[in-house]
Amino acid sequence: MSKLLEVKDLKVSFNTYNGEVHAVRGVTFDLNKGETLAIVGESGSGKSVTSNAIMRLLPEPHGFIKEGQILLEGVDLAKKTSKEMQKIRGKDISMVFQDPMSSLNPTMKIGNQIMEGLIKHQNMNKQEARKTALELLTLVGIPRPDVRINQYPHQFSGGMRQRVVVAIALACNPKILIADEPTTALDVTIQAQILELMKSIQQKTDSAIIFITHDLGVVANVADRVAVMYAGKIVEIGTVDDIFYNPKHPYTWGLIGSMPTLDSTDEELFAIPGSPPNMLTPPVGDAFAPRNQFALEIDTVMEPPMFKVSDTHYAATWLLHEDAPKIEPPAAVKHRMQGFAQTGTKGGGKR
Amino acid sequence: MTRYLLRRVWYMLITLFIIATFSFFLMKILPGSPLNAEDKLSEEQKEIILEKYGLNDPIPVQYAKYLGGLVKGDLGVSFKFDNTPVTAILFDRIGPSALLGFQALVVGSILGIFLGLMASIFRNSPIDFSSTIIAVIGTSIPSFVFAGLLQYVFAVKLGWFPVALWGEFEHTILPTIALAIHPMATAARFTRTEMVEVLHSNYIITARAKGVSESGIILKHGLRNALIPLITVLGPMAVGLMTGSMVIEQIFAIPGIGEQFVTSVMVNDYPTIMGTTLLFAFGFIVIILIIDLLYGLIDPRIRLAGGK
Repeated sequence: MSKLLEVKDLKVSFNTYNGEVHAVRGVTFDLNKGETLAIVGESGSGKSVTSNAIMRLLPEPHGFIKEGQILLEGVDLAKKTSKEMQKIRGKDISMVFQDPMSSLNPTMKIGNQIMEGLIKHQNMNKQEARKTALELLTLVGIPRPDVRINQYPHQFSGGMRQRVVVAIALACNPKILIADEPTTALDVTIQAQILELMKSIQQKTDSAIIFITHDLGVVANVADRVAVMYAGKIVEIGTVDDIFYNPKHPYTWGLIGSMPTLDSTDEELFAIPGSPPNMLTPPVGDAFAPRNQFALEIDTVMEPPMFKVSDTHYAATWLLHEDAPKIEPPAAVKHRMQGFAQTGTKGGGKR
Repeated sequence: MTRYLLRRVWYMLITLFIIATFSFFLMKILPGSPLNAEDKLSEEQKEIILEKYGLNDPIPVQYAKYLGGLVKGDLGVSFKFDNTPVTAILFDRIGPSALLGFQALVVGSILGIFLGLMASIFRNSPIDFSSTIIAVIGTSIPSFVFAGLLQYVFAVKLGWFPVALWGEFEHTILPTIALAIHPMATAARFTRTEMVEVLHSNYIITARAKGVSESGIILKHGLRNALIPLITVLGPMAVGLMTGSMVIEQIFAIPGIGEQFVTSVMVNDYPTIMGTTLLFAFGFIVIILIIDLLYGLIDPRIRLAGGK
């Protein structure tokens, strides 16, 4: 597998009236051709900022890439001018957004919104673009595309709009599709449809997908690999099996433990206490330590490095150090992991 | 669509009828008569005149006669201008007023939208601040101050344009500028506020993510979505430009409706006042209809129920 995207030590900050907010503090990961990487984490963990930085859609100059490289097939996107980025956005990398109700232009026919990228990036004329747009609408499963192409967003339901957003993102056969919580605003049955759609499209087009979500159920359903983000850093990264069957970071335990399941009637959820740190003044040491019941003394002094668990699996917690006490995940989390093993994570059986 | 339009026209007629009734009775309640100033007339002469113009009839009869004329498109004859039919007076006078109003609206809204756009693109920059200052000055200083200033600087001192009167295109320039300042300031303010909001919408990020250029984002995706509140204020202002131009027409001695309206009010020329009021009301109603149709054109979500 060839590396399509390499993000190296990415740091993103925002200048605010109160000072500099360190939203992303050194994120490193890579993405292979045709694979799906899920980035999970709670609100404010920096997952959307990471994806916006890759797209260079940060609200410059307030939000800016402070350090690091974003290598798309070896070319550093962090160094591109905004004019150059216009040629890359929508063509090499494109994006599906969270809220389909507001991410389409209400005064433009959806056909034109799809055709816009085609005309710009593929040098198509109107007829060709229209033909391709019709094909795209068929691909994303919109019935009667010849009628729908001339309609406006308000004439579509939420799920149908998200299909249109997907069609716009796919228009120029992007190498990478970034999906920023694409199903969060949809109801559950529609969520499943959109996920199925994205999976089937990936098989057809071989695009790589970065899937940003806070829903672990969705992760198990779509991802090949998972990166868990906390306070602007990746704290654990591995394959779906690594993360669900053998999580190492206490924060990942917390995420898994706080997933409700159908059979969890008499069982309490394993909630993570407290709230994420203020990124104006990131804490010294491990940012998760104040909320971590397994925190060690060193956590308040020194930041843990990425410890290697296996070739595919890394986690940043001192618990993996050879001198650390052996600590087992809490019972609730273990119970969940057994549940995954019984139903199988792939295919989304544990919903 | 046709049904919708017909219904709207029917409502317009009802509205006009109500306005005509109201203004008719309001005028009768007001003190004074057309003859106040004519002290030299004897009682008999006054009686003859009042009789001739039907002012001695009971008020309901006068009202019925007036409405009867109105239905036939007859607005009565002017007391002041030698028995000329009011319709003829208005017809003569509408030209300059409409021309000035139209020019001022076009100049004002184009400049204003441009200023507002620049301010929203370069937010919190010197461009933004100067545009805001221009907008504040334009809204707060009355147009007759500008009119005097323009006359003094460009006509008296520099001699580029005629000071006043009506005739060539160059006569229209100074009054147009004086009239255009208020709509310009309003358009600039509204465009800026709306654009700042629109440029933060999610669909603008979608457009950016597609690789649309900045100019495309502002003109294709931004401006159209910012236009709705703008035409909402500019529409009534278009009518206001005609009414508001009373002062400007006086200052520049332009033979327009406003100037004539002021004279008519001075001498209690009832039919002319009524006619002018109805003309303004008519203009207003027509503009509101046009705005409603424009809404649907700009924003498909407001397409009218009957307009399928």
